[in-house]
Amino acid sequence: MNLTLRVWRQSSPSDAGRMVTYRVEDVSPDMSFLEMLDVLNERLILEGDDPIAFDHDCREGICGMCGMVINGVAHGEQRATTTCQLHMRHFEDGAEITIEPWRAAPFPVVKDLVVDRSAFDRIIQAGGFVSVPAGSAPDAHSIPVRKEDADSAFDAATCIGCGACVAACPNGSASLFTAAKITHLSLLPQGQPERLTRAKAMVDQMDAEGFGGCTNTGECTAVCPKGIPLDTIAQMNSDYLKANAK
Amino acid sequence: MKYTEGSAIRDTKAPAGPIEERWEKRKFGAKLVNPANKRKLNVIVVGTGLAGGSAAATLGELGYNVKSFCYQDTPRRAHSIAAQGGINAAKNYRGDGDSIYRLFYDTVKGGDFRARESNVYRLAQVSVNIIDQAVAQGVPFAREYGGLLDTRSFGGAQVSRTFYARGQTGQQLLLGAYQALERQIAAGTVEMHTRHEMLDLIVADGRARGVIVRDMVTGEIERHLADAVVLATGGYGNVFFLSTNAKGCNTTAIWRAHERGAYFANPCYTQIHPTCIPVSGEYQSKLTLMSESLRNDGRVWVPLRKNDERAPGDIPEEERDYYLERIYPAFGNLVPRDIASRAAKNVCDEGRGVGPGGLGVYLDFRDAINRLGRDAVEKKYGNLFEMYERITGENPYDVPMRIYPAVHYTMGGLWVDYDLQSTIPGLFVVGEANFSDHGANRLGASALMQGLADGYFVLPTTIGDYLAAGPFGDVDDEAVAEAEIRVRAKIDRLMSVNGTRTPDSFHRELGKLMWDYCGMERTEESLRKALERIPELREEFWQNVKVSGTAEELNQVLEKAGRVADFFDLAELMCLDALIRTESCGGHFRAESQDADGEALRDDEHFAHVSAWEFGGEDGPVLHKEALEYEYVKMTQRSYK
Repeated sequence: MNLTLRVWRQSSPSDAGRMVTYRVEDVSPDMSFLEMLDVLNERLILEGDDPIAFDHDCREGICGMCGMVINGVAHGEQRATTTCQLHMRHFEDGAEITIEPWRAAPFPVVKDLVVDRSAFDRIIQAGGFVSVPAGSAPDAHSIPVRKEDADSAFDAATCIGCGACVAACPNGSASLFTAAKITHLSLLPQGQPERLTRAKAMVDQMDAEGFGGCTNTGECTAVCPKGIPLDTIAQMNSDYLKANAK
Repeated sequence: MKYTEGSAIRDTKAPAGPIEERWEKRKFGAKLVNPANKRKLNVIVVGTGLAGGSAAATLGELGYNVKSFCYQDTPRRAHSIAAQGGINAAKNYRGDGDSIYRLFYDTVKGGDFRARESNVYRLAQVSVNIIDQAVAQGVPFAREYGGLLDTRSFGGAQVSRTFYARGQTGQQLLLGAYQALERQIAAGTVEMHTRHEMLDLIVADGRARGVIVRDMVTGEIERHLADAVVLATGGYGNVFFLSTNAKGCNTTAIWRAHERGAYFANPCYTQIHPTCIPVSGEYQSKLTLMSESLRNDGRVWVPLRKNDERAPGDIPEEERDYYLERIYPAFGNLVPRDIASRAAKNVCDEGRGVGPGGLGVYLDFRDAINRLGRDAVEKKYGNLFEMYERITGENPYDVPMRIYPAVHYTMGGLWVDYDLQSTIPGLFVVGEANFSDHGANRLGASALMQGLADGYFVLPTTIGDYLAAGPFGDVDDEAVAEAEIRVRAKIDRLMSVNGTRTPDSFHRELGKLMWDYCGMERTEESLRKALERIPELREEFWQNVKVSGTAEELNQVLEKAGRVADFFDLAELMCLDALIRTESCGGHFRAESQDADGEALRDDEHFAHVSAWEFGGEDGPVLHKEALEYEYVKMTQRSYK
């Protein structure tokens, strides 16, 4: 396949940035999207150009490090897929592909397609944990957990923290990310003691980071590689309201 | 490559006496640090995977001043996150005959009698606490309808002791450790440095006192000082270029610590995982593992005939060779990883491999789907099937998966004693980065166990014994400056070559060479070839590598070049280690050492030892042997037939 790429290039946070067009030839349909960019980058290095900077690590869809807006969609058009798991067989020969970084004020661009997502860490710091120092835990079977609750908690806990939800949201909201963690822990007995303080602290931190509010457009869950359900946000709002009513 | 043999080395920290009392004794014997003093002690932890994340969090909880470093944009990305199958623990919740002793026994045997008994026993003991800790953190393990934890049997075990969270156990355990770490960051006990890469170890007055790191965003070279340094930087499987490791995984931290004096143990012990998705083309950037839990229900086969080009569905039952079930009737598809991998290589070498290039075998779920129903199979393996389809474009519900072995884990690593302390006082090494618990072959679901055992339970106790003598005062300026100069010189050198080949092209070539000559099967001839070729390629690298951009910015080409440079040096040591270990054991298979059936043949008379290598620079490395003694598990030739 032969492709035309339009890629966002920005040398530093202070650079205004621009789209640059590249031709890529002889792309195999079995390549992953990132392997296609690797091939282009190898060429750019040898031509003395600066290769395109992008974040990636595990390349198997679980670390959450990669993320690009491909043809206007976070992680591309294939559902429930990270950029690294997207393969070129889903593109037509001769296609023009636009590649941009996540765009949201709390995710400033570091370089090209690399953004700073440390705001997510600070939301977790605010309360996304159960306070149990190592060595203090009772036997794992001392508290049974309903299978349904464990399964639903797992579904929420699969969030990989990639930030696609923020990139897709017209409001730049981090509600799905925050709600996934709140829901994961609020469904388990171990998460109950800190349940309301957690919800309040995490939502307040999310707001303080400058993420927008949720207006239920559902764009987040549509692009989420792990299919985190939208009703986690209802759970978050419910816990948050209860916390504020106390 | 020349080398010399030095004096023997041994672990002086494991107490004597009955094995089940040793860890208790060591804990009691270890000096304590009073809480007021802990605040005055600084500890650096490099790496935030299961071992490093849990260590940094726990040290923070204990009240030490911790600085944590990772190369990723957040500690939650570390590659432990990709572990799929599960975590072993000797809980015996099933009442199926499991016990701490049995887990200990299985691990020593599975490691082909090349691990220390004391360490392995402690690992089995601590395993039960890990599950308790993780559950209390809210790790959503799979559960039964009664609300209790579910387990499964896994890779080479005949009891059901593997706890799991669908196919994402590593992710859930890592997020548990990450959340504990973030809690300490919020509490101010841990200072986090993301997008920072360790480039050298500062050793002053014979102690590890800090690290030199590069800020990967600004390119700034920074010095960080402490009373102790913990390396939790993972394995070095990426020396093969293609592996199941994350792209960023590298050997730089442990290799540079090795250059500063930490012995490197058993570098040749690498684990080849039998169930990975085969290579599809020249551009391949990494390999993806399919959890070996799939072997619980999938059946491995190849056509009986050579070069059989028929579609798998068209090959009748009597023309299929379920070779694992045939050769190993007792364990069948569940034989340990090294055995399953080599068996796959053998049938492919015979010309019976399937898929492009004939480098693949089938992993077939037809019978499981008929027996359990499609829904049950989907519940168990749905996410893995989906992942397979995403990558290959084939649907494993209809067509058998194609799998092939790939480099997955490295049992070798920096030498540590029972306290997890390296040969440099004050330098501790945890998780895959050390060599300690898996011998020559790691059992499935034991990596997560070891990482968390080291980080939550072992290191926090043993490091106290060292730190009790601290704080160790100001660090000699000259030692710091020297380390910084070394780092700057290496970067300047890489930037100045301006040749015609990219770091990746060198890495690919080195990886291919290692796979061909020091991979699943090694011979004296292949290893000698590798030892001849590696220095030539390294020479070319330093003459002809091209690094674009500058060192004072985010520069992924420079990062890569530095890592590849260290991989060359490590590769050479791996091949040397493999060459002089003329026996076969675990993941190290020397073709010259096999029995009449083609199974690995150990040579306990000459090789029941750890090979700990001291860096020797121009004079070549120095080999120190640590004798291994087996008081409890009788050394036998492994048999899974």
